[in-house]
Amino acid sequence: MKKHRMTWLIVVLALALIAAACGDTAEETTTTAASGETTTTTAASGETTTTGAAAEPFRIAIVAPSASNDLAFTQSIVDAVDIIKAEMGNVEVQVTDGTFVVEDAAAAIRAYADDGVDLVIAHGSQYGGSLQEIAPDFPDTSFAWGTAADTFGLDNVFSYEAASDEGGYVMGVMAAALTESGTIGIVGPVEVGDAKLYVDGFIAGAESQDPKPQVLKNYTGSFSDVALASEAAQAFAANGADVMSGTAQMVVGAVTVASDADILWFGTQANQTSLAPSIVVASQVYHWEVVLRDIVAKIQAGTVGGEIYTIDLANGGEVIEYNDAFALPADVKQLGEDTIAGIIDGSITTGG
Amino acid sequence: MSDFFTTAVLVATAASGIRLAVPLLFASLGETFGQRSGVLNLGVDGIMLLGAFGGYYAVLQTGSVWLGLLVGIAVGLLLGLISAVISVTLKAEQGISGIGIYLFGLGMSDLLFQKLVGTPLPITKFPKLNIPILSDIPILGELLFQHSMVVYLAFLAVPVSMYIINKTTFGMNIRAVGENPEAADSLGVSVNRVRYATVTIGGTLAGVAGAALAIDLGIFQQNLTNAAGFIAIALVYFGAWRPVGVMLGSLLYGFVNAIVLQLKTLSIIPPNLSDFAAMAPAIFTILALVIVARRFKAPAALTKPYSRGE
Repeated sequence: MKKHRMTWLIVVLALALIAAACGDTAEETTTTAASGETTTTTAASGETTTTGAAAEPFRIAIVAPSASNDLAFTQSIVDAVDIIKAEMGNVEVQVTDGTFVVEDAAAAIRAYADDGVDLVIAHGSQYGGSLQEIAPDFPDTSFAWGTAADTFGLDNVFSYEAASDEGGYVMGVMAAALTESGTIGIVGPVEVGDAKLYVDGFIAGAESQDPKPQVLKNYTGSFSDVALASEAAQAFAANGADVMSGTAQMVVGAVTVASDADILWFGTQANQTSLAPSIVVASQVYHWEVVLRDIVAKIQAGTVGGEIYTIDLANGGEVIEYNDAFALPADVKQLGEDTIAGIIDGSITTGG
Repeated sequence: MSDFFTTAVLVATAASGIRLAVPLLFASLGETFGQRSGVLNLGVDGIMLLGAFGGYYAVLQTGSVWLGLLVGIAVGLLLGLISAVISVTLKAEQGISGIGIYLFGLGMSDLLFQKLVGTPLPITKFPKLNIPILSDIPILGELLFQHSMVVYLAFLAVPVSMYIINKTTFGMNIRAVGENPEAADSLGVSVNRVRYATVTIGGTLAGVAGAALAIDLGIFQQNLTNAAGFIAIALVYFGAWRPVGVMLGSLLYGFVNAIVLQLKTLSIIPPNLSDFAAMAPAIFTILALVIVARRFKAPAALTKPYSRGE
């Protein structure tokens, strides 16, 4: 009896671990063989390969803290890498998402480097410490760390960040122009990094307008607590807010509240129109491919690190994507465009 | 501070607290049944997550929130049964087997979401149900009688649970099995059957909790419950294994969260204290737990599998 019990227990626990692993790891592996080139000896599988590094697939791996389809942080990098793959063709992509826990992410990063991946993207500021330890062990592998502005002085680490305050400022300006009640709400996770940049930029933009609206700010303290974000939005609504914004993956909870209450929404990191087509005005979409193209080119030319990149409005890394289904008044849109131009040419600063 | 003490804000805050309490209330009531009969189920959060996805997907496909709730019930029932098999028949170590169920639920719900849905899509939420006459009472009306059906169901479940546990034969058996399974067995009560029933009830209510959460939020995401299931388990200890206690605990947790949110919104809590404020619900719960724990004992057979003759 005891033997069977143990076996069952092991089976159940094994299933549980497998299911957990499958859920946390979305693996997307595609290999495209070099188009039309055949040479050399026959491989048993019939796959043809050419000698020479140019024909081998360029391997990219992404390690990220939330889901690939979170319509926010992680989605932005996955979408960008997909664009690179579409452009370059001969690219193999692997993704480990949902690794908010640093130790798990570190294990994944090390495993990819060990496996001979060309570029390991550690998409999470909390991965910095791990990267500092792992990168020196693999001098020929290129690591990209975001969002951050530090390469630790290592030759094989790139880092990238977003000037999210720029897009935040533009949307804050538009939010102030659109609000009728004079109250705006913005919800964030924890007051650090990219989230803080965006929120500060948004508030600066809103408060630069005349009449100055009241901006309610709330950091819920969690990146993933959707219920809390939802109630935060309810709290804004109870205080009369008719325009809202927010950052991080839990904002989906806030967007549904906005949608029910006919409150306008400005999104960031990814295009959030699909969440609530009737009230999303615009989203600041991160186009990391703008810097990824340069990183990949450098790697292929022999430089595996040592540069810090920023995406902003000027280099097209940040794009304000409007929701076509939303009837944005022409003068508000013009205000937005003027603000973008002002930030690009330096006449407007978001540091207010 | 005066901004906070306006009627509108206070009522909105309290209503928010009640909404936040609902999933915790369902899950902890369910867990109360199980624990009262001596079985600890740490897999509540996993069951909640699968119930949440099941409910979300059902509403996404059909638009019917009630079907979503039914799916939540069905998923919870199935997982409750599986939990019962593991804890009662296989006599697994309850401190560990529950975690296995949690991991399964966490992973499976995310896997199903990624494969079947992909990018999050919003769903219909529960309609608000204003109770006639009562909802017109100033202040109290908005606070208590203008919620969705699911909120009323959750609070109705409290007296129903009290009645079952305290006034029915089944309830007596639950308590007997939880305190002294040997004695209960000797008097003809089937310990395993009672525990199967209670753990299944627990799983069902956890499934409802998850479905209620997902449909109330109108969206699903990886790890949607954010460990609410574990809070629910703690609330059972807090509530001294009694439905009323568990209800008070859920409300306390919900209210503290809602109050902290509102105080932050009104800038009464400055941003640099924001992270400390986020700890408040947990701190209050621990404090209350310490005060309450002295006076109530756990069911004597909690976490101990029963075998006749051992």
